Amino acid sequence: MEKTPAIALKNITKVFGKIVANKNVSLTVYNHEILSILGENGSGKTTLMNMISGIYHPDEGQIFIGGKEASIQSPRDAYRYKIGMIHQHFKLVDVFGATENIILGIEDGRYDPKTAQRTIMATCEKYGFEIDFSKKIYQMSVSEKQTVEIVKALYRGADILILDEPTAVLTPQEIQKLFAVLRRMRDDGKAIIIITHKLNEVMEISDRVSVLRKGEYVGTINTAEANESILTEMMVGQKVSLNIERTDPKNIEKRLVLTNVSVNSNDGRPILKNVNFTAYAGEILGIAGISGSGQKELLESIAGLQQLRSGSIIYFNPKTGREEDLRDKTPLQIKNLGVRLSFVPEDRLGMGLVGSMSIIDNMMLRSYREGKSVFVRRKEPHDLADRIIDELQVVTPDAQTPVRRLSGGNVQKVLVGREIAASPTVLMVAYPVRGLDINSSYLIYNLLTKQKESGVAVIFVGEDLDVLTELCDRILVISGGVVTGIVDGRSATKEELGLLMTKAKHTEEEGTK
Amino acid sequence: MITSFIHRAVMQGIPLLYGSTGEILTEKSGNLNLGIPGIMYVGGISGVIGAFLYENSLASPADANAVLAIGIPLICCLLGSLIMGMIYSFLTTTLRANQNVTGLALTTFGIGFGNFFGGSLITLVETDVPSITLSTTSHYFSKTLPFAHKLGWFGEVFLSYSFLAYLAIIIAIVASIILKHSRIGLNLRAVGENPATADAAGINVSKNKYFATCIGSMIAGLGGLYYVMDYASGVWSNDAFGDRGWLAIALVIFTIWQPSIAIFGSILFGGLYIVHNYLNDVINMTMSTQELIKMAPYVVTLLVLIITSMRKKRENQPPASLGLPYFREER
Repeated sequence: MEKTPAIALKNITKVFGKIVANKNVSLTVYNHEILSILGENGSGKTTLMNMISGIYHPDEGQIFIGGKEASIQSPRDAYRYKIGMIHQHFKLVDVFGATENIILGIEDGRYDPKTAQRTIMATCEKYGFEIDFSKKIYQMSVSEKQTVEIVKALYRGADILILDEPTAVLTPQEIQKLFAVLRRMRDDGKAIIIITHKLNEVMEISDRVSVLRKGEYVGTINTAEANESILTEMMVGQKVSLNIERTDPKNIEKRLVLTNVSVNSNDGRPILKNVNFTAYAGEILGIAGISGSGQKELLESIAGLQQLRSGSIIYFNPKTGREEDLRDKTPLQIKNLGVRLSFVPEDRLGMGLVGSMSIIDNMMLRSYREGKSVFVRRKEPHDLADRIIDELQVVTPDAQTPVRRLSGGNVQKVLVGREIAASPTVLMVAYPVRGLDINSSYLIYNLLTKQKESGVAVIFVGEDLDVLTELCDRILVISGGVVTGIVDGRSATKEELGLLMTKAKHTEEEGTK
Repeated sequence: MITSFIHRAVMQGIPLLYGSTGEILTEKSGNLNLGIPGIMYVGGISGVIGAFLYENSLASPADANAVLAIGIPLICCLLGSLIMGMIYSFLTTTLRANQNVTGLALTTFGIGFGNFFGGSLITLVETDVPSITLSTTSHYFSKTLPFAHKLGWFGEVFLSYSFLAYLAIIIAIVASIILKHSRIGLNLRAVGENPATADAAGINVSKNKYFATCIGSMIAGLGGLYYVMDYASGVWSNDAFGDRGWLAIALVIFTIWQPSIAIFGSILFGGLYIVHNYLNDVINMTMSTQELIKMAPYVVTLLVLIITSMRKKRENQPPASLGLPYFREER
């Protein structure tokens, strides 16, 4: 196979205000190859790719496509250079079907969705995609949406495909399917760039790896010559231990018992079906499952944000020894019962923090009811904000900065910091490391472990099975709202979890047929 | 009586149809233009100014030229409402001002603009009544098909309207077809649903928003013109247009953003708007009952809102990014 350079970047620099997102980045991608771009969060991977796809424009440097210098001013230009980007957040119109989304923005004579659909079907057949053309995007699963995105890029004749964290939301099985398709496209002569921070996937799929660190280009090596510790070192600049310290649970006692909890969605669809489990103080209970299996509703039921159809949630108060039923109580009522719940929701800026308010004000959201004065006290929240910024290494100009202006990882640190500072007896965290780099992730893992050691019942909803098996004492697997198993965190394997995650779904599908 | 009720309902409905077709196009691009009531005022008064100047330049009404008598007010109306649309687009799309505030400001401005120039013209003609009568122009605008009255009820229900009424229906049908079955419509809907996606697909978001808003404004402005020249027989009096502009916006929700439904919706709303007059003939009503019945269009809109949000069908919801400004490099 002949390899020619498909796209080459020379000394690319991009500055946002005071922050240098990319500095003198140079790299080359060839046809017939899959290049991984590896880097921590905030290392400038996505910014770099957005410059190739015309969303941003580089401040300095040149981009060469097929050996000739190219000026990519807009996404339209990117298509002209046969560059297709699959964004992390899909760029699809929810109320359109697959065909309408794929042909959107293409101007090639007559508007004719029917003919276009036939062409799309041919592309699907060639690479092995499956698309249901009768579905609207909002009815599709994440994996189906991603397929539409990839086909959209191919339909526009993309020869250079950029995928921004394509595996973040997929199940292990779906990832394998995606990788098979990517390999087929590579063999067809396409140049593929895949952005990720999952090392095992880099090793599995890519031919070469380019590493960015803090906006700077570190180097490129052939995957065959790399291993995970070399790559980690390139990424973070120093060797970090990949092992999470997991202490054995001590002084275990019952803290939260859920019995036959069922929840329906607003339109009457069952979301949780007869969920039973016990969370113990002094242990981390992991919750694994494909996103949207009911994890969110489960946590919200405990936090008093969901109405239960049936079942009970009993809290064992360690101070009074009393049992409290949390069912049908509002978060405030739960708090007044003396139940110290902390909740780090999945939707940080939607449910956890107020984006346009400063870090201090966000701290106050939890404490403004304290004190007797009609005026709120600003000193304690201010101190707390400073302490969190310091301890969790939040990157921010100061504590007065609106949370919205921080990067995703830093927003998460602020939220986790505030919830832990409330010294909870039950700590619920949903995807606390989503969007965080390795160092920050480990910081969070260690914080959770510390909480567990001090006798908190930690409930951890995660997506990375490696982390779940390394961090949690027990792992509850949920699939389609049904608990398909509770396994020991020390002996569980990823394969076992993967099977449980998809188990009920299959039986349910067979049942309806 | 039923035929005359339908006839009156259609006459009432046409300004609403113009307004809501214009607003649907605008909203499909993601711009929630609450300036529509003001724009309809401006459309009306611009036409009135044009017609007034033309009529006053004539020695006698018999000298009037049909093309000029229709063309001048029409062009003035389109220009006036176009300028309003441009102001709205510039503020919300280019400067990314808050759409609600901008829209409400334009409505306040538009109504004031209409009343100011309406009042100024009234003082020019030195009459006793606080209104301007442009009977010559109105004569041309309200021309109906000559054989309509010969066809009995059929003629009255379907053929007895002026060209602007039929134009409204044609515009609504064309807008409906464009939105559903053309690339322009697909692009426009994409801009309103998800501007970032449209942008990434190579669609010029700002251009689409400008065009949709300006064309929508011009269509809405015609509603004001129709009201003065045909419905009110060329009589402009301040504040006579009333709350029809808001009714047109309510109609947009009622039609779940489909111009084709707006055709029937506007006639229904028109009927509901005047039904108290007719009910009075059948059952004797007190003033307060009449006032209650005047609420009917709004009650119907509320019901539709409740029903559509209960059914939660995504296609029937407003464009997803309605009311939100779009800035590419914002994260």
